[in-house]
Amino acid sequence: MKRARVSFAGAIHEAVEKNDMVQLTDGRMVREDEVVWLPPVHPRTVFALGLNYADHASELEFKAPTEPLLFLKGPNTFVGHRAESRRPVDATYMHYECELAVVIGKTARNVKRQDAYDYIAGYTVANDYAIRDYLENYYRPNLRVKNRDTCTPIGPWLVDANDIVDPMNLPLRTYVNGELIQQGSTKDMIFDIPFLIEYLSEFMTLSKNDIILTGTPKGLADVKIGDEVITEIEGVGRLVNTIVSDDVFQRRS
Amino acid sequence: MFKAQYKLQGRLITEEATVDVYNSTVQIYNSTLHPDQIKWDAPVSGTVYGTLLNYKGSLAALGDSVNESPYKAPPQAPILYIKPANTVIGYGTAIPLPSSIEQLEIGATLGIVIGQTATNVKKEYALDYVVGYTIANDVTVPHESLFRPAVKHRARDGFCPIGPWILEKAAIPNPDNLAVCVYINGELVQKNTTSNLIRGISELIADVTEFMTLYAGDVLLVGVPENPPLAKAGDKIRIEIDQVGFLENVIVPENEIFSGGDVQ
Repeated sequence: MKRARVSFAGAIHEAVEKNDMVQLTDGRMVREDEVVWLPPVHPRTVFALGLNYADHASELEFKAPTEPLLFLKGPNTFVGHRAESRRPVDATYMHYECELAVVIGKTARNVKRQDAYDYIAGYTVANDYAIRDYLENYYRPNLRVKNRDTCTPIGPWLVDANDIVDPMNLPLRTYVNGELIQQGSTKDMIFDIPFLIEYLSEFMTLSKNDIILTGTPKGLADVKIGDEVITEIEGVGRLVNTIVSDDVFQRRS
Repeated sequence: MFKAQYKLQGRLITEEATVDVYNSTVQIYNSTLHPDQIKWDAPVSGTVYGTLLNYKGSLAALGDSVNESPYKAPPQAPILYIKPANTVIGYGTAIPLPSSIEQLEIGATLGIVIGQTATNVKKEYALDYVVGYTIANDVTVPHESLFRPAVKHRARDGFCPIGPWILEKAAIPNPDNLAVCVYINGELVQKNTTSNLIRGISELIADVTEFMTLYAGDVLLVGVPENPPLAKAGDKIRIEIDQVGFLENVIVPENEIFSGGDVQ
């Protein structure tokens, strides 16, 4: 089952996918371009991984980390499928990051890796934009780089865990204006999903609807105002986003 | 006497009391009580953001290293981190000491509680977005390097006591000049003041909301003073903030808490 949260005709609906259509809570069938897509899960605690693909780490001239490089994100940064993300006028390098998002299904504390999949509700796609101009070397990457309003599209669907046979072997692709520009596979994660759940739940309690963004493979590039960015994970979803300027947000520096 | 929002254990609603900070009393249901007589829940519900290196002394303590690798320059913008939901506990609830760790850093900090959605707020209007103030203990596993986010050090269960109340904004005419004191087992171990902040309350709100929205109920911790005291199992921690009140919690080994050894 694929589930979504959408806004339609003045109400928020829990929707499901049916025959390539969106079925609302009350049974109505609507087209995917008739709804406003919201993040499929109301975000609470959201973890993100830096440098979790060896090829990406070498691309950024880092040696692969020996322990997960983790940071947290706030609810302000999330937007749904087909949303707009703001590129500030002074930014010189804003890049996408296609990531598999793991949604926790129940309270998890001291979970062993062999049991980790029991704690997953499902998967979705995230685009974890970074604006590298704002990188500073304290708690890097900081929230100013990674937690900006509108800069973490997520969705469209939350796909039930049971429907993904092997989450550690999924092709990821990013297209900018239709051109394939980033490719990888979740099999190349340095710290895989069971490891991450064991690692996190050893020092803190995970709760239902917590999300882990598992990192991105190599192939980063700057995106410009007007670009359509599609991050796609096979079997999970295809997340469309558009880069817009300060003008759209009526922001002046 | 000022108004304060609070939550009691076992109740879902937030209620309003009258607080006499000077005499350490709170009036609830026609009774005048000392905070120790009440089972508090944390009074907040939104996202809790911490601010790194926002005391002049904490930046000075890094010395020349701010210009050396890996930092290479002093911070330009607010350095924020998140204290996630699992960290938040109320006044009087035990702080769990992880079994592999001997001592914890006590992070005494004023918490600014946001009252309405705040995006790109100008400094001169910043306080319009504040509903009140609270006290937090930004508990941390000691760590030297500030290069990578310290999730494993700052985001453990129970590592962010907050409370006992959110004191209304009107009670604090000048939040940029409040004494912050830490007592461990009754002994004063740290004293500082929010007048030593690099970014004062209004400037911090302006600089943070320039890049991210704060929502009603979110809490922005203004920062932890330099040389945070260390505490161990059994220690009773009291953080006092002038005009806001005090927050008390005891550190208890986590295995004792989970086996029913919570203390009050």
